[in-house]
Amino acid sequence: MELLGRFAAGDVEAFETLFREYQCDVYRWILRIVRERATAEDLTIETFWRMYRAHARFDAAKGNCAGWLRRIATNAALDHLRRTRREVPLPEDPPDKPKTPATERSELQQAILSAINGLSPRLRVAVVLALVEEEPYDSIAEALGISVSAVKVRVFRGVRILRKELTAAGVHP
Amino acid sequence: MSDREIEEMKKLAKEALPALRDAELGRDLWPAMVERLSTQRSGMPWWDWVLLAGASAGILFVPGVIPALLYHL
Repeated sequence: MELLGRFAAGDVEAFETLFREYQCDVYRWILRIVRERATAEDLTIETFWRMYRAHARFDAAKGNCAGWLRRIATNAALDHLRRTRREVPLPEDPPDKPKTPATERSELQQAILSAINGLSPRLRVAVVLALVEEEPYDSIAEALGISVSAVKVRVFRGVRILRKELTAAGVHP
Repeated sequence: MSDREIEEMKKLAKEALPALRDAELGRDLWPAMVERLSTQRSGMPWWDWVLLAGASAGILFVPGVIPALLYHL
């Protein structure tokens, strides 16, 4: 609590201690959302920068530094996904070429990746964290600052869109 | 949509995207953080300049606001 109190008062040494304690957790969390190591490193710095700027608003009495950081990290990752969002075109079928099982599998994976990347950032984060990373719903809810039922709705909507996209691409999940 | 369909999609998604929960950070990011702190702390954001200019103009043209400002500080 002493450390958090000093951080809330603007002590840079306390901030450094917190940075070293949490940088791996924050990086790992962001990486699970953005899926790119260099971007995750940049966003980890951005997260701690936002944390440092907001030190005066941190409630040291509550002491939930990890939860606060995860929320900031999620917002930074979401901002990044919104800035860099782009439609990834589905691969076209080459005409009259026999498909091996390996080719079909690769195309299926590509189609799923494209469909996930095509989701809106808020749906994508919920889908990736819930389905791929198997993060508990309450943990996702806390990180996004929404209710557990809202997370379930986002996952449900995301899966529905993914199924529709995959069906349109000729893949039948 | 049923739970089974969500489970099917989970299986497909996990095949396409590897889980990264055990990924490790390859380097210490503190030096980069220090650099960010030193570059960002030196510059004052533009809205702070606007506020400062507004407050200065207020004090200059309406000296009567000084007691009110002092009271709120």
